[in-house]
Amino acid sequence: MAKIKSPGDLEALRKSIMAKRDPAKPCITICNGTGCQAYGSKGVVAAFQDEVKKRKLGVKVDVKAIGCPGFCERGTLVVIKPEDIFYQRVLPRDVPEILSETIGKGNVINRLLFTDRATNQKVTKENDVPFYKKQMRLIIGNNGLIDPTSIDDYLAIGGYTALAKALKMTPEKIIAEVKKSGLRGRGGAGYPTGSKWESTRRAKGKVKYVICNADEGDPGAFMDRSLVEGNPHSVLEGMIIGAYAIGSHEGYIYIRNEYPLAVRNMGIAIAQAQAAGLLGRNIMGAGFSFKITMKRGGGAFVCGESTALMASLEGRVGEPRAKYIHTSEQGLWGKPSNLNNVETWANVPLIINKGADWYSKIGTKNSKGTKIFALVGNIINTGLVEVPMGTTLREIVFDIGGGIPKGRKFKAVQTGGPSGGMIPEKLLDLPVDFDELTKAGSMMGSGGMIVMDDKTCMVDMARYYTTFLEGESCGKCLPCREGLRQMRYILDGITGGRGKKGDIKLLEELSATLVDASLCQLGSTASNPVMSSIRHFRDEYETHIKDKKCPAGVCKL
Amino acid sequence: MAVRQQKEKVGHVLSKYKKDKSALIDVLHDTQSEIGYLPREALDQVSDGLGVPLSRVYSVATFFKAFSLEPRGRHLINVCMGTACHVRGADRVLEKMETLETVNCVGACALGPMVIIGEDYHGEMTPEKVSEVLKNYK
Repeated sequence: MAKIKSPGDLEALRKSIMAKRDPAKPCITICNGTGCQAYGSKGVVAAFQDEVKKRKLGVKVDVKAIGCPGFCERGTLVVIKPEDIFYQRVLPRDVPEILSETIGKGNVINRLLFTDRATNQKVTKENDVPFYKKQMRLIIGNNGLIDPTSIDDYLAIGGYTALAKALKMTPEKIIAEVKKSGLRGRGGAGYPTGSKWESTRRAKGKVKYVICNADEGDPGAFMDRSLVEGNPHSVLEGMIIGAYAIGSHEGYIYIRNEYPLAVRNMGIAIAQAQAAGLLGRNIMGAGFSFKITMKRGGGAFVCGESTALMASLEGRVGEPRAKYIHTSEQGLWGKPSNLNNVETWANVPLIINKGADWYSKIGTKNSKGTKIFALVGNIINTGLVEVPMGTTLREIVFDIGGGIPKGRKFKAVQTGGPSGGMIPEKLLDLPVDFDELTKAGSMMGSGGMIVMDDKTCMVDMARYYTTFLEGESCGKCLPCREGLRQMRYILDGITGGRGKKGDIKLLEELSATLVDASLCQLGSTASNPVMSSIRHFRDEYETHIKDKKCPAGVCKL
Repeated sequence: MAVRQQKEKVGHVLSKYKKDKSALIDVLHDTQSEIGYLPREALDQVSDGLGVPLSRVYSVATFFKAFSLEPRGRHLINVCMGTACHVRGADRVLEKMETLETVNCVGACALGPMVIIGEDYHGEMTPEKVSEVLKNYK
C-alpha cells in the first residue's frame, strides 16, 4: 500500500476506493464475530464464497465477513445490501437458496426473517428489527459496514479523517474539545477523559505512554471484544489522536488472550496502519511520530486496574500499587501514562469529526454520549446494545431486550459486573448514567448487564461473584485476600444450609473493612454484589438462614 | 516431546522477542501454545533467554490463569464460568465433564453456557448434550 503522506493523500485514496465500488452491487455481509462463530458462521461464510464461485457470480456479488453487529441471539446474522434484507439463524444449507432466490430473483425468504414477538409480524429490513430500532448505534453500528481486516473498508466510511483533522489542530485544542464533549471513561470509573489527557500532557517528562485497556475481564461483558474484533481501526485512530494531544510517541494495547479473534484482527490493523503510514514516523506529514505495540494479558481480572495492568505490561506479576502518585505522572516504567479503555478510544474520532457541541447534546447532564452494554443472562434478545446515556433500565431490558424468556418474571439486573450491584425491579425506571447507578449501590462498570429471572437466587449470585473475586484477588493486601475468603465462607454456609443468626451483620462488617482498607478498586468494590443483594433482597437471605430454604430453588440446602 | 525438540521450540519463540524483558507474558503464551504447557526446563530457558530471574518467571507463570505448569490433555476443554453462563446453568454442565479447566467468560454470552474444546466453540450446552459433543473428540 502506498503511504499516506498528507491529508490530501488520504482524501484521494478514499475517493479512489469509492470509485471502484458500486453502491448498487449486492453485498452479502455475514457476522463472523466470536458469538456467531459459535453458531457456525465460518461454515456460512465458506458456503457463500464457494457458491458464489461455483455460480460464477464473483463480479456481481461481494461477500463480506463482518464483526459483531450486536444481535448475538439470532446468529448467524446475514444482511443483503443495498436493500438491507436481514436474515437470522442462517445455516450453511440456506446459502444456495439465498443466492438463487434473493440475489437472483429479488425474492425475500420468509423463513429466515426475524419475527417481532409483539406484533407477530415478519421484519424484512435490519433497521426495522425492534432490537436495533430503539438503539443509537454511533460506535457499534459501523461493525456492520466493514470487513475488520480491510483498511479500505474503514477508509471508505470516512476512517482516519478525524486523525487528519486532529493533526491540523493544536494538542491543546483537541484536549479542550474532548473536555467540552463531556466524554467519561468507559472502563468503569467514569473519569473525565479530557482531564486525564490534560494531566498526562502537563506531567513532566519527555517519554510518555498511551495505553489501551482491552483486557475486558468482567465476566458477561463483550463490548470491547466486539469493537476490537469488528472495527479495530477506530480504536487505533482514537489512540493516535490521543497520543498527539498528550505528546506521546509510544502506545500499548493490552489485550485479553482469551479473545483470539480480537488479537488477530488488531494485529492485522496495526500492520495495515503502519504500511499506510498512519502509524510510524511523520504521520500524514504533520511531523508527529507514534508507534503501537500489542501485548497479550495472562487472564487476570485485577489487570483491569491501571497500575496492575502497567505492571503486567512491564512483564511482571499484575499486582496493583497504592496510587499516591497518579499514573498520569508515574505509570508504565515510571513515566507519565494515559490509560483508556477500548470504547473510550473508539469515541474519540467521532468527537473530533462531529464536534463537542454535537456530542454533548447526547446523554444526560453529567454523562454524555452513548454507552454499549452487553445484555445477557435470562433475556430474550441477548446481544450488544448501544443507547444514549440516560436510557432507563426498563427500556433496555424490555423494549430492546424483549423481556424475560419462558414467561418468567424479572427479578434483578446486575450492572458493573463483579464490582457492581444488583438492581431490583422497583428501580427499573432508573436512567442509566454514571451517577444514577452509583447512587443505587451499583456502578456503570464497563457495561455488562446481566438480567436475572425469578429462578435466580440472589444469595447464590452474591456467592458466585464473591467466589470469582476471591479467586481473582491478587493477594497483595490483606483486607481483600482474607476479607473475601471470609465472606465466601459465610455465603457458602448460607447457601449450604449452615447459615447462622448474625451472618448478615458479619457480612456487613467485613464489607465495611474491604471498602475502607483495600489497596485497589478490586477490593474496595468487591462487596457491592453482596451489599446490594442484602439491601434489596434481605428476605431471601433470611429465608436461607432461618427456614433453610432457597426460595428460587437453586441452593441445595 | 523430546527434550531437544522442546528446546528448539522455546529457542524459536525467544528469538522473536529479542531479549525484551517486558515480553515475558507473550513469551510464556507462545511457549505454552508450542509445547502445550510450561515445563520446568522451558521456564529455565526463558529465564536465561530473557535475562529475567527464574523466580520472576515462576511468579508470573503461576499468577496468571492462562498458564499451566502441568501437562494437559490433547484436547483442552474449557467451560465458561462467566456470569451469563452461570445464570444459565454452567455449574451443571461442569459436573458432567471429567478433566478440564474453566475460563471466566469468552464473551459469547448469547450462547451460554459455553464450552470450548481446542479452538471449537460449543454453545447452548446442557448436561445432556455434553457426552454427545465429547464423542467427536475421541
